[in-house]
Amino acid sequence: MGEVSHSAPEGRDLLKRQLGLALRRQKLRALLLVVPLLLFVTATFIYPIGGLLTRSAYAPEFSEGMPRTAAALSEWDRTGLPPESAWEALVLDLQDHNRQGTAGKIAATLNVELPGARSLIIKTARLAPRLTPPYRTSLAAAEDGWKNPVAWAAMKTLANSFTDRFYLAAVDHRIDADGSVVAQPSGRQIYVPLFVRTFAIGGLVTLCCLLLGFPVAYWLSVLPMRYSNLLMIMVLLPFWTSLLVRTTAWIVLLQDRGVINSLLVWTGLIHDEGRLRLIFNSTGTVIAMTHILLPFMILPLYSVMKTVPPTYMRAARSLGANQFTAFVRIYLPQTKAGVAAGCLLVFILSLGYYITPALVGGESGTLISNMIAYHIQKSLNWGLAAALSALLLASVLLLYWAYNRLAQVDGLKLG
Amino acid sequence: MTVKKQPAPDRDASHSAADAVVRFINVQKTYDAERLVVRNLNLDIRRGEFLTMLGPSGSGKTTTLMMLAGFEPATHGEILLNGRQINRVPPDKRGIGMVFQNYALFPHMTVAENLAFPLQVRSVGKAEVERRVLDALAMVELSGFGTRRPAQLSGGQQQRVAVARALIFEPEVVLMDEPLGALDKQLREQMQYEIKRLHERLGVTIVYVTHDQSEALTMSDRIAVFNDGVIQQLSTPADLYEQPTSLFVAEFIGENNRLGGKLEHVDSAGKCTVRLDGGQIVSAIAVGNPKPGQAVQLSLRPERVLLNPNRSDTSLSIVEASVDDLIYLGDHIRIRLLVDGQEPFVIKALNDDNGMSARKGDKVAVGWRAENCRALHQSQSDVGHG
Repeated sequence: MGEVSHSAPEGRDLLKRQLGLALRRQKLRALLLVVPLLLFVTATFIYPIGGLLTRSAYAPEFSEGMPRTAAALSEWDRTGLPPESAWEALVLDLQDHNRQGTAGKIAATLNVELPGARSLIIKTARLAPRLTPPYRTSLAAAEDGWKNPVAWAAMKTLANSFTDRFYLAAVDHRIDADGSVVAQPSGRQIYVPLFVRTFAIGGLVTLCCLLLGFPVAYWLSVLPMRYSNLLMIMVLLPFWTSLLVRTTAWIVLLQDRGVINSLLVWTGLIHDEGRLRLIFNSTGTVIAMTHILLPFMILPLYSVMKTVPPTYMRAARSLGANQFTAFVRIYLPQTKAGVAAGCLLVFILSLGYYITPALVGGESGTLISNMIAYHIQKSLNWGLAAALSALLLASVLLLYWAYNRLAQVDGLKLG
Repeated sequence: MTVKKQPAPDRDASHSAADAVVRFINVQKTYDAERLVVRNLNLDIRRGEFLTMLGPSGSGKTTTLMMLAGFEPATHGEILLNGRQINRVPPDKRGIGMVFQNYALFPHMTVAENLAFPLQVRSVGKAEVERRVLDALAMVELSGFGTRRPAQLSGGQQQRVAVARALIFEPEVVLMDEPLGALDKQLREQMQYEIKRLHERLGVTIVYVTHDQSEALTMSDRIAVFNDGVIQQLSTPADLYEQPTSLFVAEFIGENNRLGGKLEHVDSAGKCTVRLDGGQIVSAIAVGNPKPGQAVQLSLRPERVLLNPNRSDTSLSIVEASVDDLIYLGDHIRIRLLVDGQEPFVIKALNDDNGMSARKGDKVAVGWRAENCRALHQSQSDVGHG
């Protein structure tokens, strides 16, 4: 003690330098250990996902492919038909595309915004080299489609590289011809009901997992080691089986002429005509997803229950609480962290579930992730797929944030 | 299963069975149907007494406590609380308070909520609960700590809350299962005093389990020494220390020197002469009716053995010894001797002005009065201990 206080302050600086030097080696080593994974995650996860998500708000295909048209339409105020300059720009741009044979790409882009516009663009591109100024007259005479302001409005919407139209589409809204945001007619609303269904099925699956998993986790935590190990293997067994095999097994069990229905008919509980629809609808999705996600509920519950010593229950009993009161007031609150973690895990996983609902969901059991896959693979509307994904991601983050806010009060924070 | 009722052997005529708040009658317990953890236990716990169950681990003391609390069923025999059989009464209906080894304070409740819990489950009114919680906090000198969580308290404070919680619903009997085991020495001594003080103030019956003999000696009215599922001896602390009835108790409580020999002669008053294995004849008190010719073990407390006694005093038995080792302990010196050529024999010499002149290898003599030397015969349960 005495020596240290004598050596101040220049001695203290020396100590600080020496400490810094000693710590730097440690930090460097820690960094070296982390770098490979960090690079891997950045290259395979953060970069591609970031790239996809930017597509939800950034779509330069039209403005890059039709630069003259995009520029000319930026001055048009969406009233009536655009001025001659826009007609000229359109014809010149399409002449370029006709030369390069790339009109199909622009046609596809416009077709997403205005169904049926594909043939209009293809035909106009073919005509373009023969058109003469003033283009407003010659083009309108050649193709009736351009007399309709809706076609021009659609192009103006596309002309802006930075756009909110995918997000509007993802919540069943669109920009109509005069530029205002309107809701889709109720018959054409797809995504909001699908989000609602995704959350509802996720909630139902979480509830089922909790109800089925809680007793199992409790049993696991109180059994002697050699039995609990065996039971744990049975809990984990689904993990080691292919997802496809498990889902197919559910199809075999649940289909109209499947094991369950045949058994019910055989025992006389239902009539042959009244076979239950257990699969290719939301019931099938809930059953199969509950089965698959159950371990994600049981494991966090088990890990928390294992740390609750049995003396608490004994103490409660000795203080005069009956078995039920002791369970509800003493045991249950102490498993709250496990319940919360398990529910959060299962719910978040179920929001993004894809293969199972695709296989057993049928019409009423598909989820938002199936729609994202459709737009990525079939309709090629990546912007909309990215917007839907971003909304899903945002809702998961929101959920996590809300959980942590609630958990902070009880000291159950996850991180 | 029908339980054959047998009256418990009455150990103490001055206290009739009516005084007993708890009675164990021929109680047995086995976990695996092979080994009896508790063998034929008969024990009367008097109203208002502080009874300690003392014994090595695995001796059956905690199992006995758990049977009384209702967490372990007795496999045979009867347990009575206020004369009523409680074998099949669940723990919450017994009205027995309990303090657990690691306090078992509910971590998700505040101190006040912990204390209120036993009252709430008994449907006590809100105002009454509030008042009694404040009283209980004051009783254990923790007023103002009601809003804290157990994790925010020190070990000693948690212990006091646990005691208060076990007392707050005014049970007749409170069980304590090694409640001070997790505390350091200084805190333990303070808590021993506080628990003792509460016991005297409230007059509640306390059944205390410990494996710490000094704790048992300082706190208890009576101590039941358990070994191998059997109560070896049940008596006051002083009797237990000064008049052990078995070699196990003599060895387990305090320090003990033993010398092997053969009983020569017993008189009607219980005084006897014993021929040590080395051939010398000494006198002692015979315990438990040994017959002449039987092998006995002499039990001598270190502080009752005199070093180099006055050889002309005929009331002393004097044996030659040699100093094997000296251990300096400040206020006293432990002297390890070889007496009668037998296993280590320890005496304590005060480190006072008279000084200690003995040195390693010295030939010395040790002596004792017959009443301080007890001749115990070795029973089966003593084998393997000591």
